[in-house]
Parts: sequence; structure tokens; C-alpha cells
Amino acid sequence: MSRLRADAILKAVARGRGGVRVDHHKITAECETVRMPIPPRVVLPMQQHIGAPCVPTVKPGDHVDVGQVIGDSDKYLSVPIHASVSGTVKSVADTTLANGRIAPAVTIESDGQQTLYAGLEPPAVHTKEDLVKAIRASGLVGLGGAGFPSFVKLTVKPEKPIDTLIVNAAECEPYITVDYRECVENSYDILSGVYTLGELYGFKRIIIAVEDNKPEAIRILKGIADRDLHDGNVVRLMALKSRYPQGAEKMMVLSATGRVVPQGGLPADVGCIVMNVGSVAFVARYLKTGKPLISRSVTVSGDCIKEPANVRVPIGVSMREIIDFCGGFTAPPAKILSGGPMMGTAVVDPNVPLLKSNNAVLAFSEPAVRRKPNSDCIRCGRCHAACPMSLMPTEIEKYALLGDAVTLSRLGTSVCMECGSCAYSCPAGKPLVQYMRLAKEVMRNAGVK
Amino acid sequence: MMEDNRKLIVSASPHVKSVHTVRGVMLDVIIALIPAACAGVAVFGFRAAWLIALCVGSSVLFEYLARRVMRRPNTVGDLTAVITGMLLAFNLPVKTPEWICVIGAFVAIVVVKQFFGGVGQNFANPAITARIVLLVSFASVMTNFTSPVVGGADAVSAATPLSFLGRLHGAAADTTLSALLESGSLPALSQMFLGVRPGCIGETSALALLLGAAYLLIRRVIRITIPAAYIGAFALIMLLVSGFDLTYVAYELLSGGLLLGAFFMATDYTTSPINTLGKIVFGAGCGILTAVIRLYGSLPEGVSYSILLMNIACPLIERFTAPKYFGYIKQKKEKKAGDAA
Repeated sequence: MSRLRADAILKAVARGRGGVRVDHHKITAECETVRMPIPPRVVLPMQQHIGAPCVPTVKPGDHVDVGQVIGDSDKYLSVPIHASVSGTVKSVADTTLANGRIAPAVTIESDGQQTLYAGLEPPAVHTKEDLVKAIRASGLVGLGGAGFPSFVKLTVKPEKPIDTLIVNAAECEPYITVDYRECVENSYDILSGVYTLGELYGFKRIIIAVEDNKPEAIRILKGIADRDLHDGNVVRLMALKSRYPQGAEKMMVLSATGRVVPQGGLPADVGCIVMNVGSVAFVARYLKTGKPLISRSVTVSGDCIKEPANVRVPIGVSMREIIDFCGGFTAPPAKILSGGPMMGTAVVDPNVPLLKSNNAVLAFSEPAVRRKPNSDCIRCGRCHAACPMSLMPTEIEKYALLGDAVTLSRLGTSVCMECGSCAYSCPAGKPLVQYMRLAKEVMRNAGVK
Repeated sequence: MMEDNRKLIVSASPHVKSVHTVRGVMLDVIIALIPAACAGVAVFGFRAAWLIALCVGSSVLFEYLARRVMRRPNTVGDLTAVITGMLLAFNLPVKTPEWICVIGAFVAIVVVKQFFGGVGQNFANPAITARIVLLVSFASVMTNFTSPVVGGADAVSAATPLSFLGRLHGAAADTTLSALLESGSLPALSQMFLGVRPGCIGETSALALLLGAAYLLIRRVIRITIPAAYIGAFALIMLLVSGFDLTYVAYELLSGGLLLGAFFMATDYTTSPINTLGKIVFGAGCGILTAVIRLYGSLPEGVSYSILLMNIACPLIERFTAPKYFGYIKQKKEKKAGDAA
């Protein structure tokens, strides 16, 4: 009873914290994940995560097998990159990524055999330290979109004890359904991952959080939570209000625990680890098979895609090939996105490789992504009301244009996570996220934090 | 593979937008003002409709001409000038000569709005400022109120309920509420609620104004914060001053332009704070000033002046009530300690 009441209170708190109601468009929710045939070649950029880029460990002409390390770094904040197909390294050269950056990449010509690398075996994990080491070796980054190396999250510092694991299945971005499919199709992996992590870390609470617009996922995850046979029942399911950006890490921590992650901090600062549901399932699979992160599920959707679907693809396949696998376009698209419509990146050319952190490939016609005519701000305050971080976007815009880094810092610009709620709700059609980025650039250039 | 050589659109996220547009929001406000306009015509006759049309027409024309002369993009389409025109007419007595209406529209649109950069840039509410300019320039005309013409009655010059209520307090207090009620100088409360009383065109009918306000609240065009703080603070002061005389407070709430001001003019986006705490301070400030002017000022009515004064204070209020952003850490103390060391 008290648990129920606490949930109700937390939900009320979450409601007061801005956000927007977006149309979900989860048209691929009931599409079972299909496996894409092995492409003739993959391009594996050396920067697929937040942190230091990898250095290629192979050279043109080398033969590589599936799961073999082809890039690694000796820096702390980095994870290795593995070959997603077996075959011959064709080149090691610069390539353009979806976000327009240029990074070195290893191109592998597939031999179609998908021979597994001989060195792959399930890691022996007995302690937290073993797990952190194994997860780094697996190349896992947050599969929800940001691409933060997962082993860093799982590293517990003695001065910051962790008591709560939050398994993030909110999936608040419209269109994307890969996390939902993970819940439906691989619930056993999720279960196994949750309990493995629970045993190693001894969490006081494990919260599986999902938005309340996915009743089927709630039903399945509830089954997982109720199967907890431990004393004190640490695993529980929390159905959160469907409100964008519920799945954002800081929002998730607030909604699930009522704790506020301090400015510039991480969930670990308030005793939480937040992991995407896909990442948790991957951990379970990796510990069983030893197969590193070489493929992932993506949602292919949007009104220009002939057969929207959830597809399991090898990392490094070009977005264009994924789209062609889904029947191609129904009409020439006006915009192609890597990621969701709220935070995803519009690509210049779909012939870019899919990265570990990409969870969707969306193609839209012009009317679907039409921009509002850009007019003057009427100070209606919708942007401020929608901001989950309680920022004042119009003020930040003003001082960004003035180049006033000190005031921008006072306004808390750095806590902006670019969720897009402000620009979404603006009746004057102002590109507020762009101004937020400009503001951060102004602060960076001025050396102000 | 379908070949297309068309270029893809590349822009910053988010790639989808809400359905709200400036014009849509303004259209909602116009719809919300229509009941009050109808009530004004019903109470004061067709001249009310003519003055509303004149104010709207001249406001839109001035908006167009001002943008044209300043070689700025045309903004008539955002419908803000229509709202200003309607609100201006709502704040005029029905006998106001046409040329004064046109001057009012000029002041509102050209002087208050466009001289400061157009929509979203003016520091004071255009309609209210125009009304005050007219009030101080043409005092006798602007206070020449007429009785309602409901039921075929003739329009004759009449004092507003507020001018009677004004005689209840201050040094010149010469009567009591019960005496006023007995003498029949004040309309019955039900008449006050329906709007059958002397006053400005759009301010008299509480029923119509509340209907419009409900529409704005349901459509989430405005939030209840400012009107609630405004009316709440005002009612509280009146309650205390009158020794909890509910009839008196009801008369005060229903007379003058309080409801029109609280729901439609104090909530003007451009000239009110955007944060909740700021809205509360702003609304309460309006309420206190209105009460103080009505009780102790030489003017019977204080809604316009109080909103104008709070408009001017708006940037200051916003600055001092700025919300603490998510995860805000108080830094100043640490820094000072560091400096000392």
C-alpha cells in the first residue's frame, strides 16, 4: 500500500517537470524483429561512443573473423570495436558519419561465411571488477542512443555507493520500438541480466521503468519483477506516465526514485545506475556466449518507408542498405534521420554506416517534417513550461545571440540535454535547440562552465 | 533501388513540431473575446458593435501601415492587432466619439507596440496603455458612461457602480453599502453578473467574460495562475478592509474592469512573466494595486493602472523569481570561502 502511494507521489512530481505530449507513431510495435542478410561490406568507424576514438588494430589485406577486435584505445573512456562480419579488411580510411563528422573507419569486405573468431568465449565473472572488465571488452555502449560506454556506468567508486539499478524501457521517442520488442522477444535475457547484475552489485532496489502506453511490455516485465525469489523483493516494475522525455536519464532517475541528479553530475552521484533494457539483455547474452557487440536492433520507420520493421543488423552496415532491405522508399524522402524525430540527426546522405548507438532509421516525406514559419517570440512561455530542466530557453537564446557566456552559465545552459521539448512546443517555430547548441558553443569558446 | 537526386533536408532536431502556431493561439483568444463582445452589444446596443469593428479595423490598418513604413515584414496575419483592437474597444464607454477610438488604436499599435519592435517586444500592454492615454487626454469623454439599453431603455448618462462604491471609503466617505442598496443606486448582484450596468463596452458582463476565460483555460492558452493571484489578492484585501462583508466584495469583484483585466489583459504573454512564481507575484501585485487605487486613490477604477505598473515591473519580477533549474547547485558560498582562503 505504501509502495503504491509512493509511486503515485513520484508520478505527480514527474508530471510537474515539464515535457511534452508527442504523437507516438509506434507503427512497428507489433513487427517481430527480422534479421538482415549479411551485407557485402561493412564500414566500422573508430568513434562509436562518447570518449576517446579507437586506433585500428588491423590493416588492409588482413583477414578478420566475426567478433575480432579491429580497433581499441589505451584511454580510459573508450571501448573496443569488433568486426561484425568475417572477411578481408579492404581499407582503413576516413569516412563521413551520420552527424557529418569525419572519422577513420575500417571497411571489411564480407566473405559471407560469418566465421566466429576463435578467441571468443564466455567471460568468467565472479566479482564486479570482472564484470566491468568483461563489459569493456564486449564493446558495449548505451544502446538507448547516447552511446556512453557501459563499463563506466558499472564502475562503482567507493565514495559514491550505488543502491539502485534502473532498467530503462521507457522508449519515449516516437516511432522507435526496439526496446519494446526486446521486452517482448527477449524477456528471458532481460530477466537473466537483471538478476546477474543484482547478485553482483547487491542493489537495494532494481526498478524496471516503462511508459504506461506499452501494456504488453508492462505485463511481461511485471512477470519478471514478480519472479524475484530473493528476500525483500528488490525488483519491481514502475509504469511511468507517457510523457516525453520520460526516458532521459535524469528524468528517469527523478521519476523512479525522486532524486535529482546535480548539475554536471551523473546518476551515480545520487546512487543510481541507469541502463537501457537492450543493454541489460545484451549483458546477459554476452556473459552466456562471449559474443561482443556486433549487431543491434533498429526500427526502420517513417511515412516514406515501404515496409516499416524492426531489423537486427550488423554494426557498420550502411543506412541505405537497411532501408532497401525494408523495401526502399514509397516516395522520395525529404528527410532521413538516424535516431528518433525528437533527438535524432538528419543525415545528408543515407550512405553512412550504422553505429552501435543508433536505434532507428527513419525516412519522412516533406509534410511530415514540415517546419512552422519562423516568427517573432510572443513570450508565451510554452518553451519554459515544457523544459524538463526548468530552463528559460528564450532568455538563453537572447544571451547566446549577445555572446554573454557568464549570464548563460547563470541561466544553467549546461544542464540542457537538447531533448527538443522547447522547440517542439514553440508556436513561433523557433529552432530553440539550435540556439541551445549555440549557447553552449559560446560558453565553450569563452571557457565558462 | 529508387534513384533520387533531390537533396535531403538537414536541420537541427527536433524534426516534429506541435500543432500550435502564433495565429492559432491568437485565434483562440479572439474566440474567447466574442462572448464579451456579444454581451457588450446586447447591453449597450449596436453602437458597441460599430466601435469594436472600428477599433479592430483601425488597429489592423495601423499595424499594416507601421510595418510598411518601417519596411519590416508584414505581421497582420498573426492576428495580434485584432485582439488589441477588440480589447481597446472593450475598454471604452459606448459614447466615445469615433476619432478618439482611432487615436486609441494609433497609440496602441504604433506607439506602444511597433515603436518597440512589434509583437513580443512591447513592454506594456498596448490596449491598456492606449486606454490610459485616452483617459488622461479626454477625461470627460472617457468617463461619460451610459445606462444599459436592454429592453428598449434609453441610453442616458449614468454613474458606474464603482463611483458609488468609491464613496464608501476614504476621507470623503459619505454613505454606507446598505444605504446605496436601499436607494437603488447599485444594480442587483444578478444584474451585475449578467452585465446590465453602466460601464465600458466589454467589461460589464461577468458571465460572458468567464465563459471566454474558461475557453482559454481549457485550450491551455492561458494558465489560471495570474487571474487567480490577481483576483485572490484583490478579494482578500477587500474582505479584510470591509470586515468580511461578502456582498461588498462581490460588488467590487463584478464592477469595473476587474474580470476583463485579470483574465484577458494581465495574462498578455508579452507583458507578464513566463515562470510560475513570477506569475504569482505579478498577479498578486496587480490585485494589491487595484485594491489600493480603488480604496485610497482619487480614481474610482484602478485595473488599467495596476496592470500597466506591473507590466513595467515584469522584467524585474522575472529576474528575481527566475526558477532554479534542474540540479542547480548553490555555488556562491563556496566561491566566497575559496576567495577568503
